[in-house]
Amino acid sequence: MNALKQYIDLYDENRELIEQQSPALLNKLRQDARTQLNDARLPRKGSEDYEATDLEAVFSHDYGVNVNRLPFDADPGETFHCDVPNMSTCLYYSSNDAFHSSPTAERNIGQVVVLPFSMAAVDYPELMSAYYGKLAHLKDPTVALNSLLVQDGLFIYVPDGVIPERPIQLVNIFNAALDMMVQRRLLIVVGKNAALKLLSCDHTQCPDYRYLNNQVVEIVAMQGSTVDYYDMEESTPQTNRVSSIYVEQHEGSNVLIDGITLINGFTRNNYHVEVNGEHAETHLLGMTIASGEQHVDSHTFISHNAPRCHSNEMFKYVLNDNAVGAFAGKILVQPNCPRVEAYQGNRNLCGAPTAKMYTKPQLEIYTDDVMCSHGSAVGQLDEDALFYMRTRGIGIDEARRLLMQAFVADVIDGVRLDALKDRLHFLVEKRFAGTLSNCAGCMAACKKN
Amino acid sequence: MKETEKPEKGNQIIEEAAQAEYKYGFVTDIETEVIPKGLDEDVVRRISALKGEPEWLLDFRLKAYRHWLTLKAPTWGHVHVPEIDYQAISYYAAPRKLKKGGVEDIDPELKKTFDKLGIPLEEQLRLSGMAVDAVMDSVSVKTTYRERLAELGVIFCSISEAVKDYPDLVRKYLGKVVPYTDNFYAALNSAVFSDGSFVYIPKGVRCPMELSTYFRINAAQTGQFERTLIVADDDAYVSYLEGCTAPMRDENQLHAAIVEIIVEDRAEVKYSTVQNWYPGDKDGKGGIYNLVTKRGLCRGDHSKLSWTQVETGSAITWKYPSCVLKGDHSVGEFYSVALTNNWQEADTGTKMIHLGKNSTSTIVSKGISAGHSQNSYRGMVKIAPKATGCRNFTQCDSLLLSDTSGAHTFPVIEVGNDTSVVEHEATTSKINEDQIFYCNQRGIPTEDAVGLIVNGYAKEVMAKLPMEFAVEAQKLLSISLEGSVG
Repeated sequence: MNALKQYIDLYDENRELIEQQSPALLNKLRQDARTQLNDARLPRKGSEDYEATDLEAVFSHDYGVNVNRLPFDADPGETFHCDVPNMSTCLYYSSNDAFHSSPTAERNIGQVVVLPFSMAAVDYPELMSAYYGKLAHLKDPTVALNSLLVQDGLFIYVPDGVIPERPIQLVNIFNAALDMMVQRRLLIVVGKNAALKLLSCDHTQCPDYRYLNNQVVEIVAMQGSTVDYYDMEESTPQTNRVSSIYVEQHEGSNVLIDGITLINGFTRNNYHVEVNGEHAETHLLGMTIASGEQHVDSHTFISHNAPRCHSNEMFKYVLNDNAVGAFAGKILVQPNCPRVEAYQGNRNLCGAPTAKMYTKPQLEIYTDDVMCSHGSAVGQLDEDALFYMRTRGIGIDEARRLLMQAFVADVIDGVRLDALKDRLHFLVEKRFAGTLSNCAGCMAACKKN
Repeated sequence: MKETEKPEKGNQIIEEAAQAEYKYGFVTDIETEVIPKGLDEDVVRRISALKGEPEWLLDFRLKAYRHWLTLKAPTWGHVHVPEIDYQAISYYAAPRKLKKGGVEDIDPELKKTFDKLGIPLEEQLRLSGMAVDAVMDSVSVKTTYRERLAELGVIFCSISEAVKDYPDLVRKYLGKVVPYTDNFYAALNSAVFSDGSFVYIPKGVRCPMELSTYFRINAAQTGQFERTLIVADDDAYVSYLEGCTAPMRDENQLHAAIVEIIVEDRAEVKYSTVQNWYPGDKDGKGGIYNLVTKRGLCRGDHSKLSWTQVETGSAITWKYPSCVLKGDHSVGEFYSVALTNNWQEADTGTKMIHLGKNSTSTIVSKGISAGHSQNSYRGMVKIAPKATGCRNFTQCDSLLLSDTSGAHTFPVIEVGNDTSVVEHEATTSKINEDQIFYCNQRGIPTEDAVGLIVNGYAKEVMAKLPMEFAVEAQKLLSISLEGSVG
């Protein structure tokens, strides 16, 4: 069985149509992707880097693909809000894989460029051709599939020296009345000494259908730039995601990526960071709260290609019911890269006999003057702490909730936006209480009504 | 038939100087009986016939050989094993002048070799309180203390003798922990294994002495395929020592051994290794390929298996002494120091498979890389869904002594239930310059200072070695590091 075949066939049948609707630049990469997919297979469970995850099974479902780019009538800005209280953002929407701006998007005008690929290819052809598809590896079949079928994407560019006043918020919504796969694609270029804060969250409006988001994000952080990318999943158990984030860091850049999964079906996150300049800082944070049949697999790779860099990773999982968590992280220090400091941590709570955790922290070091470490632990809540709280009249469920909240708190505290931090604490509290989908009296402000 | 050539006079000085790097690099001139190079079913049958084996063992070998033909050499390790021509290897070599009798009957050349290695085969042996089953190439030459051990019911002999004398025991346990289908090298070993040790400790017996085997690859191009089988019955205890040195050779030699250990209820086995085979010269030429499968099965409740290893030799090391913790409350331990210098490559670690309830395991691995070497820890801790209340602690540290060497860790953790706790920690760094400066200040040269610091770094593991080995291992660490600092 080859799950990719149905999508390759679909492409072959509709090649002309797809190419007509897309900028020429996307079509150029499409050819390479098609060649790459000739003998590609999606990894099965147990293959290298996919110990617990079967991508073949995820893609084998018969998802619809919006080849014709039929517009969906509803205006997401009207029906859906995912505002962060007390924080003023520039809001953009992606409805399935089509991008819309909202009235608030005007706020950063003149500072930051946020355009769909179709317009960016006209206005910023040099930047687009210099960076589109340059970081993502086509040899990864999911990236190749995205490159093959993608027709539009979002281009974010912060010119040199610009520090925008407001964060950019991107709300991704699935709202199709059929099972559907979309190819979301982001290209982010942050110029020298510039800064970008990007909040991205995934939601699903029609919980009865099965969706798959095959997403590729490319981030270029120029010399001295700062990039914060907060990526939250709050979808439905029927919504699946394969996300590949590729980052290139130049001298003195500072990149923070925080991946948060509260509700999802199946998720695979790939983080691939190439640190090419000295004194660059990389922070990868991840938090997963999973129950039911949720499956979250994060895979990180940080390659230190320059001396005197610093990287820090912390991934925390709380697993209940039949949830499956997986983490694999690799730190590579290339030869002649002294004074690199790289730390990796993975802490996991298994809260049910049937929950499973797979973890594989790895170090590959070719320089002697480095400080590198990794730590990984799987365990349960501290019985003594639970007992202590119960002696003070806190019920067992409440005590467990409090301890679990405390367990993930340091990942949330790594967030560099106070308002977002508060909101995340609030959402996590609701998630543990099992009332995340209950909107009555909620301050989360996800939905306007 | 002599396997070696004396160096010509002109080269003699150079040759001597080169050999001086490796303390145990000498070749014993004794006659060996060698089966011609190559491997096919006839060779397997011939090995079996030469050893006078029963039908079932020949069957086992043939099945393994046929399975081996379907396999490919594994490539996932962080080592570069060159393509090995398995048809260019001779699969059996036995010292020829083997006679039955006492110590005085042993070939004087062979005895000299053992003396150089410091094996107390004669009177010293009784004083040191060890029983030695000395293995020269493939056939056990002499087993000492056998009678004394026999009084207690302990069986300690070569596996070929065991096949003859205790066929039921061997048949019951052989291939039960490492089946011939396990991996490429295990299949090869199962097909052509020449000899090895067999240990059986009966119920309730505490073996009064450390059991020890010295392996030594002797005849050129006769890859050694040892097979060790240790069985500790209920409430038994044994400490087994394995130490290796090999003569200096230009051509790479293959060593694909299997060690199987079975630990029954409340029994304990301690398996210690000091491995110091020829690591190749400074340019990475020559050296042993050490591709070994070692695994123990803690079958009984409250059973315990402890692996301790000090790896300083071999051009390529590929070994993962593992514990299958099947019994409830069983305990697995793995303590390792792996030192690589020059162009050596080591990919070593362990697997702890927790199947029994409340089983615990500890892993402490210390890697030291110098020169252009690559040193990897690869490990797995797996907790089965039904194995509740398990506990594992893993610590693997790496020390880098040069900017051209590499240190890597590849641990895998799989936890299948909510009552088990697994912890893994790893660090990588270089020797603190302040420590070296402190030693220099007090008149200790840098090279000695590094030796001191490395020994201190590895102390946690060294402390687990039996006394006799701990001394040798400490010397070995310092010797192996010679020339790596500067």
